[in-house]
Amino acid sequence: MKVLCVCGLGQGTSLILRMNVETVLRDLGVGADVEHTDVSSAAGMSADYIVTSNELAQSLQGHSAQIVIVNNYFDLAEIKERLQAALA
Amino acid sequence: MKFLEPAMIDLAANAATPEEAIRAAGRLLVESGAAEDSYVEAMVASYEAKGPYFVLAPHIALPHAKTEDGVHEASVSLARLQEPVAFGHKANDPVKLVFALGSASNADHIALLRKLTLLLNDPANIELFKTGTLDQITAILKED
Repeated sequence: MKVLCVCGLGQGTSLILRMNVETVLRDLGVGADVEHTDVSSAAGMSADYIVTSNELAQSLQGHSAQIVIVNNYFDLAEIKERLQAALA
Repeated sequence: MKFLEPAMIDLAANAATPEEAIRAAGRLLVESGAAEDSYVEAMVASYEAKGPYFVLAPHIALPHAKTEDGVHEASVSLARLQEPVAFGHKANDPVKLVFALGSASNADHIALLRKLTLLLNDPANIELFKTGTLDQITAILKED
């Protein structure tokens, strides 16, 4: 399973998201290859899931991956809830 | 690495617009020697081009740009706005805490983001950043 964490530049915000997504997936016992990137590179990359903000999700419509929207990147409970719903 | 040193924290910043808020936090990076003015303007340009996606939690913005826009050292500063400012983010407006991130391309960058993430994963710390004194804030920064 491949998860992409996506932000505008691919260096700051998406890396924070990646750290917390990795923490949550570890807690859930889900093995996954998690990467971070910017929104324009993400369009050309394959993935099973893309985790990003509502703002950027609109630019990723049409991507074959399932899009998971997170509003609060520091809220591990929210990230867990959204990932669990997507994985179910 | 320069991570929220006392001189990089302004707990009474004034800003009426997102651009002013980004510059208020960016100036602290420049004054500490961690970044150039060109980097601050690149953060503003990034906001104008890509929108407020970096408002990554309620009331918290993390403006940043690319290393090559003028960063000397991996760094984080904080401007706490006296009056919160709307950045145009549907879920997380208005912004009260602006953490300017000086992006570097080395391991320091990752170490610094990990520190910031661990700190802000705890809601009690966010509350302290919003309402605490400089002494209280520097005390939690020393804990790890």
